[in-house]
This record gives sequence, structure tokens and C-alpha cells, in this order.
Amino acid sequence: MVEIVSKIGIECTVNGKLSCFHAYPMARLLDILREELKLTGTKEGCGEGECGACAVLMNGAIVNSCLVPAIETDGADIRTIEGIASGAQLHAVQEAFLECGGAQCGMCTPGMVIAAVALIERHPHPADAEIREGLAGNLCRCTGYQKIFAAVVRACEPADRPHSGKR
Amino acid sequence: MEEKQIGHSVIRKEGRDKVTGRAQYVDDLAFPGMIHGVTVRSSIARGRIRGVRYGGGIPWSEFTIVTAKDIPAKNEIAAIAHDQPCLADQFINHPEEPIVLLAHPDKYLLEEARRAVQIDVDPLPAMFSIEDSLAKRAIISGEDNVFKSYHVEKGDVDAAWARADVIVEGEFRTGSQEHLYIENQGMIAAANPREGVTVWGSLQCPYYVHKALVTLFGLPPEKIRVIQTETGGGFGGKEEYPSMIAAHAALLAWKSGKPVKIVYDRAEDMVATTKRHPSRTRHRTGVTRDGKLVAMDIDFVIDGGAYATLSSVVLSRGTIHAAGPYFCPNVRIHSQAVATNAPPHGAFRGFGAPQSIFAIERHFDQVARAINLAPEEFRRRNFLRKNQTTATGQVLHEDVDLNGLLDRAFKESDYQAKRERFARENHGASIKRGIGFSSFMHGAGFTGSGEVTLASIVEMEATPEGCVRILAASTEIGQGTNTIFSQIAADALGIGLDRIEVARPDTGSVPNSGPTVASRTSMVVGKLVEAAALGLKRTLLDSGLLCEACTEDEFVRACRRYIETRGPLRSRSQYEQPPGLHWDDATFSGDAYGAYAWAVYVAEVAVDTITFEARVTDFVAVQEVGKVIHPILAAGQIEGGVAQAIGMALYENVVWSEGRMANGQMTNYIMPTAADIPPIRVFFEEQPYAFGPGGAKGIGELPMDGPAPAILNAIENATGICLREIPATPEVLMEAMTEKAGARG
Repeated sequence: MVEIVSKIGIECTVNGKLSCFHAYPMARLLDILREELKLTGTKEGCGEGECGACAVLMNGAIVNSCLVPAIETDGADIRTIEGIASGAQLHAVQEAFLECGGAQCGMCTPGMVIAAVALIERHPHPADAEIREGLAGNLCRCTGYQKIFAAVVRACEPADRPHSGKR
Repeated sequence: MEEKQIGHSVIRKEGRDKVTGRAQYVDDLAFPGMIHGVTVRSSIARGRIRGVRYGGGIPWSEFTIVTAKDIPAKNEIAAIAHDQPCLADQFINHPEEPIVLLAHPDKYLLEEARRAVQIDVDPLPAMFSIEDSLAKRAIISGEDNVFKSYHVEKGDVDAAWARADVIVEGEFRTGSQEHLYIENQGMIAAANPREGVTVWGSLQCPYYVHKALVTLFGLPPEKIRVIQTETGGGFGGKEEYPSMIAAHAALLAWKSGKPVKIVYDRAEDMVATTKRHPSRTRHRTGVTRDGKLVAMDIDFVIDGGAYATLSSVVLSRGTIHAAGPYFCPNVRIHSQAVATNAPPHGAFRGFGAPQSIFAIERHFDQVARAINLAPEEFRRRNFLRKNQTTATGQVLHEDVDLNGLLDRAFKESDYQAKRERFARENHGASIKRGIGFSSFMHGAGFTGSGEVTLASIVEMEATPEGCVRILAASTEIGQGTNTIFSQIAADALGIGLDRIEVARPDTGSVPNSGPTVASRTSMVVGKLVEAAALGLKRTLLDSGLLCEACTEDEFVRACRRYIETRGPLRSRSQYEQPPGLHWDDATFSGDAYGAYAWAVYVAEVAVDTITFEARVTDFVAVQEVGKVIHPILAAGQIEGGVAQAIGMALYENVVWSEGRMANGQMTNYIMPTAADIPPIRVFFEEQPYAFGPGGAKGIGELPMDGPAPAILNAIENATGICLREIPATPEVLMEAMTEKAGARG
């Protein structure tokens, strides 16, 4: 027997903008972002909270959006990968991923960038073990993580460092 | 003249789109009127289909339903053999075999509908192991269950045993492995009789999908169009399987008249798509007391699953790599790919070589011990050198310095000092540490005559805006195709990277540069990019609009002028075999590959004797890959491959239950995380290869080959336990270590 559940009205802030929509209470935040708000930068990798490809920031904390029901997002402040850069100006983490080769296929990258941003907001100068732990919830199959670790270290360096990579 | 791009770590061409989330993968696309598709699959391994029932409570009239009867031409996924149906209609040969397709606008209702379809099947006996297949417990393919066999014969093995002082035998096994690209497989199709069939999707080989759709629909080739969307990793998993999903989406689109999207979720991707072939290798090796190889007899078998797919080619690469980078005058290799009732095993980075190399590199540590030589000393006495012959009789005309690679790997890893220190410190310690290595090679490009048969083509065109566009079917799947092609073209044309565009692979507009597989994209296709660029420049030089030593501005002006006055400016290059290469398919002998990458990898491990967990604590990867085009991308390939191979060695255990993957979730199929991977220290020796672009050889698969045996050699060094099978999970280590303790007690 199919239980009849009605959609509910939800208001939350997504990347600084107020969003109002109707959703089933247990709809996944991931689907709302991708289908309702057309923010497809947030990716689905496993749908069970293992891979971190769908990571977003909710009220400043990193969450797997595939495990967050819509009802929990009412009144929340959500930041997705689309809200990390300031216009054309990339975030230091994004710049560092480009320079260090932290993105290969790019599918884990949005979640990985979110995890790195969350990590650096917690620890502005993370130790090696903190980087590993901070990124351990985000799986990457391409890089072997080394270039991602390097990117996190680079992102924490002062902004006026010389660039080693050629554009 | 611009500064050279080759050799520099320029910013990844499509990197900005990836770090901002703007890159569009197949699931990010939506077309007007698009509906969703799902696949109804078999729940058992083998049987005869009696019928299909559509259960109650579902508004079936709203659904598009496709079965084998709806296929316009041939019910076949065209590959090498002709045995695999697109949809099973009479017989089921493996779990999760596709039988019925459903499409509907509401994907939640669609999921309910999938569960409401009942397939009635009379079960038939099924088999799930290499041994059962070889013993012909049931005949499920051809006359003997053997998809393909090869025989390599060098020298006179039978006569040589008498000259051996010591003969060492061993049997080794490797398990299956799931690709676990982070982007699951998916396709969108639009199809109708008037316009033909167009598919967009996540794939490595546009023209493989094209061939499959031409066969399935019986349409002329120009009525089928395959377009690659941004692809979130492949590793071989998106080599042949995308043909299946494209076929399914296209059939639903054809019948419904609407665009149809099929995107697998992780669970479906893991249980239904291909995995690495499980293998069994038996070695019999004769050596003299002073450590010279006299004879090698190798029996290599891989489990191909239910249909032939690419198993014959996987087997060929595994066979050729089975004798390792060593010179032995007498070698026999017998190899077979056999059928079982598992879903077909498929292409996976390394393509058979990681399996056979695991065996020989574990075995050679045992051979060294049998004659009381250090493992490195035994290998040094047998390393292939210039002008010697490989197992297939290929004469190595280039300098090969495996001793130099070994020296460097030992120095960078501090191998000798650590080996001594660990031996001292392990006594009484609950965490035992060890260090081990492997030496190996990987052939770049298609095996044997493969590249000649492919006859790949690359085209290039100048745009009215003064840019040059590369037209190739080679796909960017994360490894850096866009970037290295741009570097190669920029250097050949003498212009900046910003002037180079890489066309999206689309069979409607790019020529067939071959599949994106076999470590061939840099070396083989990259060379075609270089040749096409030189051809374009030659046309401009011959036209008198450009002189040899030109600036970028002069080049751009010349392009524009040419297009204005003479029309399109295009060039085309086609593969030509480097001189002196000969391969004989009949005797399976000759020049197996145009070039090999060579490597020595050192792994350091810590084995916890209480939890039985083995961890890799340091890793050194030294390789000679020709000229490195892009140091960061190249190191990224090595690091990613090593990490994937650490998974294969220690963590990634495909649990089979009646031919079905029982742990098809990321929760219980464990791949390495950021917390599991040691520092991976990558070193390149660069010896330019005359027939690669800028001197480059292939690199992508190499790092998959060496880590597993190096890690298990290190575990043996740490614990004295000789494991002959991967993955070496804590359960395996516990059993082996408990048994050893019992035997001692």
C-alpha cells in the first residue's frame, strides 16, 4: 500500500540566495539541488553517504546531501560548489586544485573542494594527519590523493606566493 | 617562437569547469520531453526464460516496454565475437543479465515498475570457477568453454629442464576488482527512423558504441551519432560496457519517440557492469645455482564470465607480460580465457598484465630464496637488456636499464637499510614491518598487429578566429587527453596553448582515432596529433602565406588569410607502423608492442599481528616512460594507479554468490581512502622514444602492474608468510598467520 505523503513548503538559503520550493519531507537534498534548483555541480556517486561526491556545506558543516532529507533544510544556510568562487574569482582551494593537479576526472572534485574548504575553515594550517582525516570521507579513484593533499597545503599558503605552474 | 609546452605542467584544459562544478556529465543533462529508462535483469545465473509477467498495481499503459522482439536488426552487442545479446530472449547466462527495458517520465514510479516485473525461468546448471569451467562441469560456450587460448614457445623448454640445477613451482591467484569510477555509467538517447539514433554519454570509445548501434539498428553508419559527455573516470570500465547502456537507451527512445536517459545507481553499476578478470597462474621455473634462468613454463588462465566480450585481448596482453622483464632462452606460455556464469569480466587498467605480473613477481621472490640469492640479485642476473629477446622473440633495440631503475628505487626507498633494520626490530614487535619490490614492464599501444588494423586517424582544422582545433575520438576521462594533445599541437605549430581547441568526441564530426585504452593515447594518438599539426603547418608554408620561423601572430594571420582566399584549412594523419616491427598472429610471436615502459616499485608495509591488518606505509615508484609530456599529469597517473593497485592488493574483495557480486555497495566493497594511502613518491627516468610525440611512451596502465606483488613481497619480508593470492585482506592474513603459528607451536 502506497502511503500518501504531501509535499511541504521549504525555505532555505542556497549560495546566499533565498530559495522557496515544495518537496516531499524525505526527498534528498541532493535531488532538490540538482533537479529543483538546477545546481548540478553537486554529484551523486553512491547515494549512501560513502563517497562524499555530493558534499555541501549546511550551516557551515559539511554534509552528504544524499543523506539529508528536505525537511531538515528548512531555514538552513546551504553552500554548494557553485557558491565557492566569488564570481570569476576562484576560491584559493579551487586555484590550488588547478595548479597542483588535484582534479582529474572531476567527478569527486566538487565534494572534495567542499571538504577542503570545510577543513581549512576549521584548521587554517592543517597538519598532514588532519588533511588525511579531513578528506577521508571523500573518495577519489583517479589521483591517489597525493595531488589533492598538495592542493590543500598550497591553498593554505599566503596568496602572494610565486606560481610554479605555467598557464 | 613560443616557449615549448611539452615537459611543462600547464593548467588542465578543462580544469576550471571541473573545480567550479560547471563540467557537464551525462546525468547533468536534461532534454525537453526526456523520460527515464531502467533495466529489468535476471536474478539467477543460468536458465531458460519461460515468460515475463507484469504485476498488478502499475499503470503499464503509461510505460514504454522493450524486449528482444523490439530490436530492429540484430540482438547483439557487437564486439569481437557475436555471442552477447543486447536483451536475453531465450536463455540467461549470468546474474543481472538484461531482459526487459522500461521507460516512464516518473523515475520513482519506474523503480516500482521494475520490481513488479517477474521473469519466469527454468534454472540450468551454472558454474562459477576456472576449475569447473576447465573440467567442463557444464558446457556454456562453444565446445569446451574456452573463449580463446594462446601458446608462446621460445627455445626448447622440454630439453632445457635437464640443465637446471633447481626447479621451482608455484600457483598464484588474483581476485576480481571493481573499477569504481566515481561517475556511474549512463547514457541519453534520442532516436527515430527519420533522423536515426544519437546518444550522449559517459564512455571511453565512441566508435565502439557506434559499431554496436549500427549492428543493433541495421542503420547506415551516418545515421548513428555518438557523443561523449564529460566522463567521470573509466579505468577500462567504460570501454565496452557503454555499448550496452547506449543500446538500451536507444531502443527505449526508438520505441517511445522521446529522449531517454538511463543512469545507473551505484548498486546497479557494481553488480551489472564489468570487472577485472580473476586469474590463476602456474609457474614452473628452472634456474642454475648461480641464478641464471634456464626455462620457464607458465600456465595462465582468466575467468571471462558468460560472454566473450574483450577476454581474448585481455588474455593476449596478460600472456605477453607473463614472463616479466627477464631474459630466458626457453619459455613456454599456455593461456586460456574460459567461460563461467558470472557477468562478463572486462577491460580494467592493465588489461590482464596486473594478473600475470602479480604471479611472476611473487614467484621470483620464491625462486630467489630457493637458490639463496637476494631477490634483487636474482633479478639483476636476468633483467632484459638491449638486443636481447622477450618471450615472444621481440628484439629490444632500445637501451633498457632495469638495473639503473632498481638502483634508483632502492636508493630513494632506502631499501637495504630498512630491510636490515626491520629484520632487527621485528622480533617481539606486534607490528611487523617489511619492504619488498617488483620489477616489470608494460607495452604501450594495441598488442601485435592491433594498431595496424585500427589504422587510426586524427584531423585538425584552423578556425576563422585563428585557432586550431584537434579532431579525434580519443576521450578525456580524467587522464589529461585534452591537455597533452594541446601541448603536442602547440609545440608542433609553434603557437600558444590558448590557440588550441580540442573538439568534443562526436562520431558525427571527429574521425576514428581508435579507442581510449591500452596506454595508447599519448604515444600513438599523440603522435598522430603531432603529424596532423605538422601537416597543417606544411600546407601554410607551401602556400607561401607563412615562413618557417614565424611568430604566433604571423601564424594566426596566415590561417585567416588561407581560409579567406582558399577555403577550409584542414589536415589529416593516419597511423603508420614504425619501421622494423613485425608480428605474427599465427605463431603469436614477434614485436608485441612498439615500445615498453619499464619500472621498479618498492613498497613498505606494516602488518599488525593483533588486527591482522596490513598497511602500506611508504611507496616508491621509479619508471622509464620516455619523455614526460606533463610532469603533474604523469605523476597523477602513477599515483592514481598505485592507489588503485593498493586497493587490489589489500582491500578490494569482490564477494561472489552464485555468480553475483554480493557486496555491491561502497559500504562493503572497500577502496582506499585518503587515510589509507601512503606517501607515493614518483620518479621518472626519461629516455625519449623515437616514434612517440616529443619522445613520449605510454603510461596509464603501468602503475597498476607492480604494486600488488611488491606489497605481498613486503608482507612476506615482514611476517615470513608467503601469500599467493590477492586481495590479502585481514581475514586472509589471519588465517595464514594463525596456521603458521599453529604449525610452529
